[in-house]
Amino acid sequence: MSEKMHMELKVWRQAGPGQPGRFVTYDAPGVSPDMSFLEMLDLVNERLVEDGEEPFAFDHDCREGICGSCGLMINGQAHGPERATATCQLHMRKFSDGDQVTVEPWRAAAFPVIKDLAVDRSTLDRIVEAGGYITVATGSAPDANLIPIPKPVADASMDAAACIGCGACVAACPNGAAQLFTSAKLQHLNLLPQGQAERWDRTISMVEEMESFFGSCTNHGECEEACPKSISIDFIALLNRDYVRAQLKQRRLAGQSFP
Amino acid sequence: MAQATSTKERPAAQPVRKPLGRGVAWPVAFYRSAVGKKWVMAVTGLMLLGFVLVHMIGNLKLYLSRQDINLYGEALRDLGGHLVPHTSLLWLLRGGIVVALVLHLHSAVTLTRLNSRARPDKYQAPRDYIAANFASRTMRYSGVLIAFYLLFHLADLTWGNANPDFVRGDPYNNLVYSFQRVPVAILYAVANVALGVHLLHGVWSVFQSLGINNPRFNRARRLLAQGVVAVIVVGNVSFPIAVQAGIVDLECPHTDPVAPCEAAAASAR
Amino acid sequence: MTLDSRIPPGPIAEKWDSHRFSMKLVNPSNKRRFEIIIVGSGLAGASAAATLGELGYRVKVVTFHDSPRRAHSIAAQGGINAAKNYPNDGDSIHRLFYDTVKGGDYRSREANVHRLAQVSLNIIDQCVAQGVPFAREYGGLLDNRSFGGAQVSRTFYARGQTGQQLLLGAYQAMARQIALGNVELHNRTEMLELVVKDGRTAGIVCRDLITGEVFSLSAHAVVLATGGYGNVFYLSTNAKNSNVTSIWRAARQGAYFANPCYTQIHPTCIPASDDFQSKLTLMSESLRNDGRIWVPERGDDDRVAGQIPEGDRDYYLERRYPAFGNLVPRDVASRASKREVDAGRGVGPMKNGVYLDFADAISRLGAPVIEERYGNLFQMYERITGEDPYKTPMRIYPAVHYTMGGLWVDYNLMSNLPGLFVLGEANFSDHGANRLGASALMQGLADGYFVIPYTIGDYLAPLLGEKPVPSDDSAFAAAETSVHDRVSALLSTNGTKSVDHFHRALGKVLWDNCGMGRTEQSLDKALSEIPAIREEFHRDVRVLGDGESFNQSLEKAGRVADYLEFAELMCLDARHRKESCGGHFREEYQTEEGEALRDDENFAYVAAWEWLGVGREPTLHKESLEFESVQLATRSYK
Repeated sequence: MSEKMHMELKVWRQAGPGQPGRFVTYDAPGVSPDMSFLEMLDLVNERLVEDGEEPFAFDHDCREGICGSCGLMINGQAHGPERATATCQLHMRKFSDGDQVTVEPWRAAAFPVIKDLAVDRSTLDRIVEAGGYITVATGSAPDANLIPIPKPVADASMDAAACIGCGACVAACPNGAAQLFTSAKLQHLNLLPQGQAERWDRTISMVEEMESFFGSCTNHGECEEACPKSISIDFIALLNRDYVRAQLKQRRLAGQSFP
Repeated sequence: MAQATSTKERPAAQPVRKPLGRGVAWPVAFYRSAVGKKWVMAVTGLMLLGFVLVHMIGNLKLYLSRQDINLYGEALRDLGGHLVPHTSLLWLLRGGIVVALVLHLHSAVTLTRLNSRARPDKYQAPRDYIAANFASRTMRYSGVLIAFYLLFHLADLTWGNANPDFVRGDPYNNLVYSFQRVPVAILYAVANVALGVHLLHGVWSVFQSLGINNPRFNRARRLLAQGVVAVIVVGNVSFPIAVQAGIVDLECPHTDPVAPCEAAAASAR
Repeated sequence: MTLDSRIPPGPIAEKWDSHRFSMKLVNPSNKRRFEIIIVGSGLAGASAAATLGELGYRVKVVTFHDSPRRAHSIAAQGGINAAKNYPNDGDSIHRLFYDTVKGGDYRSREANVHRLAQVSLNIIDQCVAQGVPFAREYGGLLDNRSFGGAQVSRTFYARGQTGQQLLLGAYQAMARQIALGNVELHNRTEMLELVVKDGRTAGIVCRDLITGEVFSLSAHAVVLATGGYGNVFYLSTNAKNSNVTSIWRAARQGAYFANPCYTQIHPTCIPASDDFQSKLTLMSESLRNDGRIWVPERGDDDRVAGQIPEGDRDYYLERRYPAFGNLVPRDVASRASKREVDAGRGVGPMKNGVYLDFADAISRLGAPVIEERYGNLFQMYERITGEDPYKTPMRIYPAVHYTMGGLWVDYNLMSNLPGLFVLGEANFSDHGANRLGASALMQGLADGYFVIPYTIGDYLAPLLGEKPVPSDDSAFAAAETSVHDRVSALLSTNGTKSVDHFHRALGKVLWDNCGMGRTEQSLDKALSEIPAIREEFHRDVRVLGDGESFNQSLEKAGRVADYLEFAELMCLDARHRKESCGGHFREEYQTEEGEALRDDENFAYVAAWEWLGVGREPTLHKESLEFESVQLATRSYK
């Protein structure tokens, strides 16, 4: 349907963790504007295999913007130039014929490079393990309609819960902070009535786990722009507020094993 | 050859800071955390902002007369009247400002260092920022500039070391003497623009750090920041300009700083 | 070996209760003496891991993803069914059971389906308590919608991200168990072999995808929850890394593979835009409520859609099915589109789609109403195709979406290999020949939260005091050697063609010959072509890099190698089943109106295949299906 484009691709190649890396430039002719960005990378990789060069590694899976596996720094923007779009849903028609496209892995102390463009994001899982759940043993739940939840509350919780855990917020943050991820995970549960029992302990545990590996939030707002789900930094403000309140509660409950 | 589990090392993220530790007194635990430090930065920032605003408004008395502003200075020293020892309340206020400043700086420095540890390998290709603006990305530079300017400002108009014509108790003429030096006037103007840039992000950021937010007011927060900055920058930059332009000039120097000028001049004669 | 489905006796509604009572129990303090390996971290795997960890078993979870939350359950959009009857519209456990059996075209096991309908109630309670933000009414109570042509509103949903929210709930519950030390997570680790010793499942052999190390995990029981095999077609709506490897490896060790030919095709996907298309994207079926499907009368009509006058358009669904029109079921709509495209009337640059046109709906209801109903779908479509569906009709085409077949399991979800349990899409049990919308999520969670925690105890209880086979046993060593050999064979072939080349070739053969419509001839053709591709693959594939580090080509090569063996079984099954039912449409067996023609007399059974080796005819075992509670009938949508 449309003209093929000729791109020049600068890809970060790194043999393994802790090893030196460098940009390698690849010529990429015959790119269809209807391709997704990852299909363009597939194309280049397939040609590399033909030429006997090892293809570059990058994480991806569902390719419909929900699993959160993919994530690349494209021309200095996390997930590339289109707003509210994960790398897998970015299409080449957003670029022009002849463009040079630079692709780099997410960079943060918490995301060590595994190989080329693939990084390890297990630190995000650690934040969830620290308290990002509601303790409810299977089978012990009361009837689902027992607690009415006002629609705006459920909607706000869902806005936060939409996070796909891709790590773009960390990648985009000039400080390498994970505040948007953590606040989304936290407020998803803190806003709901079911989440109240563990609210303060959850807040302290998750914030402290986050701070062990990530930088601090200085309110640039870059994360919200990079987020494929456009999660609002308002949730970060809610995290900040809950953290102060949690510390105060902890003081009040001092002497008890909190909680 | 069989292993119960994988033995080869995998890459693993190392912590960028020591554990915060539970069981310590809550203000300590709170201040140790980055979220707590940001909260402290916001509160101290608000205190410093209050100081800057009051300072600027007080200085507007410059445009009334030498006696007005000098009396204003004396009134500050005399805060609390005869209920408390002379200048004691002023020193208390000054102490508060100093503590706020120290905490503000300390959190800024520790957080900056934490943040650079959080991304030891920088992006190798240029970044293309979308939301982060000049003000937010230059906080540390504008902050340092303001700190140095503050030292000079104190040496110039409080302690007098940087002002050869300094007379204790006569802020009006001290200021005019100082601003008549072109480089000093430029320094003041530049430093106050830097202060404005710093506050542009700072005032907006306060709400976020303190968790006082409501999506309905998010736009208003930006406007508020812009308004506060406009008032402070216009007010403060007007002083060196007014002196340079001759709108504000020396008034009967070396006479009683708080007497009306004619009377002071007469009594001096 | 005979297939014992272990369906409990008694009336259908009491089977599960009486079975729960008759099963053996493991004393709470003894649970920690049992080790369980769970492969897969989707809805079924994560919910099983969370629950078994909670009960006190020592659980190891293996997933090839970097985080368990990335499993493809996350992509499910529509919702989850449950017979809560909150809307008071006549739903009941029995109705959900009946609808599922009927929807499955009478090829599922009644007892399993009834249990599924029973526990559907608990699932919703559990998920809400975990904090899943289901859609709510203004009064604060849960909202329901009707889905997939059901006559009652029983679908719970969280925007268009129900799968994501349910998976996060299960993942978070599992994360808690990981933090407590009850569950040990092996991420970026792929199961490459099942180990069976002395007739019992002993463990698995894995490859650490980061370091390349091959190692063994042993346990008292292994649970496979690794999803479906839709990617055997290369293009499907499955995630790129979804694969058949773990269940195929189990099949190679003697687990029976049931009904592999049952594959579901979803009618409203975005057609491929070029030969490099890597996957297909599904759009909610709800689009058919307001969109009209048509193609140009003449195949060589080059005009853009808007300039083709009404007289030159063929609204073929409305013409052929005047009662249901554009709302005929998935399989009927899919086959109809295929017929038009095959006849050369396809639209789009590759002539591989049909129009789904909203022009009438927009002029009738106005663009704002359409935006409110389908805004996010229109946005998604525009993002992918660059075309504005408010102005030009969408192009859609069916795509492989779900596979009902899987490893054979008994009522306890245990395969014929003792100690090997199979949950979720990976087993065959609940959906028969066709799955109803919003039932996949229900089944995954039912299996993980509410079935396996009871049934695994029945298997484990007699094993108390027995240690698992040590992982340095010769059985594990042999399996490790076989994995090493496979890896080095792939790396040393050093041929000329990429792995994807072969996967695409296989996918095309299957789609053309074992896709929406199948015939004896087409299946014979596929069965003669697949071995040739397989042979060429092992001779000419090029996998670069080494086995000692992260190597995605190597991972993919192993999976495609397994698909190349599995595909043959799928076609064999399709060829042997000389009837049409649900997702399996044999063109020789259709009514005069072109509808699926079942043969209940000869084919009301589960075909469970015992694999005997590459190039050898597998053995067919039959589990006949008895319908005691539901009357067999023919579906009709005229």
